[in-house]
Amino acid sequence: MIYTMDQIFVLLQHWLMGLLPAALQPIVGILLGVAAIVCLFPALFALTTVFERKGLARIQNRIGPNRVGPLGILQPVADGIKSLTKEDIVPLSADAAVHFLAPLVLVVAVFMGFAVLPMGRNMVLVDMDAGLLFFFAMGASTELAVFMAGWSSRNKYSLLGAMRAVAQMISYEVPLLMSSVAVVMIAGSLSLTKIVEAQNHYTWGLPHWYIFTPWGLAGFLMYAIATTAETNRSPFDLPEGESELVAGYHTEYSGFKFALFFLGEYLAMFSISGLGTTLFLGGWSAPFSFLGWVPSWFWFFSKMMLSIFVFIWMRGTLPRLRQDQLMNFAWKFVLPLTLVNLMVTVLWRFLGEGWQRWVFCSAILVLAYAAMGLAGMRRGHFGPRRYRYAE
Amino acid sequence: MSIAFYLIAALTVAGGLAAVLLKNTVHCALVLTVAFAGLALFFLQLDAQFAGFAQILVYIGAVAILVVFAILLTRGSETPKDSVFSKNWFAGLVIAAGIFAVLGWAVLQSGRVLPHETAVPTVTVLQIGNALMGCYVLPLEIVALLLTAAMIGAVIVALHEKEGTK
Amino acid sequence: MTPLSGYLLVAAILFSIGLAGALTRRNAILVLIGIELMLNAANLNLIAFWRYGPHPEALTGMMFAIFSIAVAAAEAAVGLGLVISIHRHAHTTDLDRMNRMKG
Repeated sequence: MIYTMDQIFVLLQHWLMGLLPAALQPIVGILLGVAAIVCLFPALFALTTVFERKGLARIQNRIGPNRVGPLGILQPVADGIKSLTKEDIVPLSADAAVHFLAPLVLVVAVFMGFAVLPMGRNMVLVDMDAGLLFFFAMGASTELAVFMAGWSSRNKYSLLGAMRAVAQMISYEVPLLMSSVAVVMIAGSLSLTKIVEAQNHYTWGLPHWYIFTPWGLAGFLMYAIATTAETNRSPFDLPEGESELVAGYHTEYSGFKFALFFLGEYLAMFSISGLGTTLFLGGWSAPFSFLGWVPSWFWFFSKMMLSIFVFIWMRGTLPRLRQDQLMNFAWKFVLPLTLVNLMVTVLWRFLGEGWQRWVFCSAILVLAYAAMGLAGMRRGHFGPRRYRYAE
Repeated sequence: MSIAFYLIAALTVAGGLAAVLLKNTVHCALVLTVAFAGLALFFLQLDAQFAGFAQILVYIGAVAILVVFAILLTRGSETPKDSVFSKNWFAGLVIAAGIFAVLGWAVLQSGRVLPHETAVPTVTVLQIGNALMGCYVLPLEIVALLLTAAMIGAVIVALHEKEGTK
Repeated sequence: MTPLSGYLLVAAILFSIGLAGALTRRNAILVLIGIELMLNAANLNLIAFWRYGPHPEALTGMMFAIFSIAVAAAEAAVGLGLVISIHRHAHTTDLDRMNRMKG
């Protein structure tokens, strides 16, 4: 019974495949997985838009959407109908081909990232040996789509927003990769299923998730900062800051294309928090060994939704960072700390089991964080701004 | 020679052709990205998964963006007044055609000595890692040094001189 | 025509397209684009020979291609930095106009 509940989607897929002749079975199997992802995550996106607006509203001491349906639950339906029926305005001087392709490239690149996430026991669409590398390659492709959107609109605000967004995404890509490399070093594989299986052990009922180790906690915090910057979420949302850049790189998009950008941004948030739960929070493994009877996909999705909730919480609470503060933070603070984290991970691995490695690793990380913080504050990184052009 | 090979070949060659023929420089850079993607698909078809994903990550994720930034910083997105091809474009075309003729003749002539079908190699990332730390550790360290030097050099070259020629 | 010949021909076509682009275009950045195409064609050659060659388990071709990707990225960075610096000095990236050694 527990096994059936845990593997219910896999068993459903096999049963549907069994209804067809043997020649078509592999293709239909994969198509079923793809269809599940393409249906599930936009539905989650719709739920998250309402969740976010109500959550932000409550943080800001107001109610949020409550007209459409009970407690505003049907708001995404109204939003969907609105964006599908709005007139699609393309500026006359815009570059038509690039303007059309930009949202498509973004959504396709973001959807590809879901292919390697293990959403439950045996529930990976493609079990690749270099799964983590594939995920980051797809993430890197989204930057080009952002640039295409900003440049093709022939609008100063769009271009400025796009350049800021691309610069921010490139700057935070290095800490993102480096904090994941620490996990790869300990798990010994780039395959996401093996990383989850390495965390699926329990000592005295407590799990071996990587977040419960000193280097894992530091890595997770830096990963969280880098993902917030990669998906242009607050407090790193200057590229789409409504008070400054109209809407940044999606100013000139209306109707369905704007909905596609919105979808792309939220799906990127889902996939990158899914990766974060896989790398640091144990993926589909249960928090305590006595909770192992709950299906594995339930744990994966609840951890992912918890990360989304933290994103929404950060958006409602923290003020926006300025562009140069953001880039300074990335290159001069987070990147050196990720390098220190790598060294600490090596030390962890080679010190062997025992209390010594906990004490040494935690001490080194806390000292490094304190030293970098004090050095940064003393040197005053927020000096007068100087503008540089290429002439 | 499967249909997939012909499709990816058509995509890559079309991307390459468009990248050198288009008038708008930013369009050239974007179509170059299509050519890079086609090459990544070729690598995946040749069972070189690590090289394919590294190609996407490095070329599409970094080099294409670098080219686009350089075009924007040098005002290359404005349409040029004169032709985009230089005065002696014909000589360049003849040289390129000559090189293609020689290469194509060499490939087609050696058809009988080239191997036909070999077993699919299974390459795991573990093997690549062992190779990088084993026999290829010297090139790895030299490439690391090279990348550091290139990064420092590029920053110094492109740095705005404060009291220099302005 | 063997599969290997197919890949080598595509690499040859890409190489000559890149060479033609590098030799005929005026903008310095397009010359660099042509160079990147040539490097990619060489990488395709390397991987094709690795796949259909005698000892694919030795990983020689794949390693060569990976190092080539890294070096090409470094060279693109330095080259584009140079183009930006020259634009700052001569206010143009037109190679037909930069035909004098005098600064």
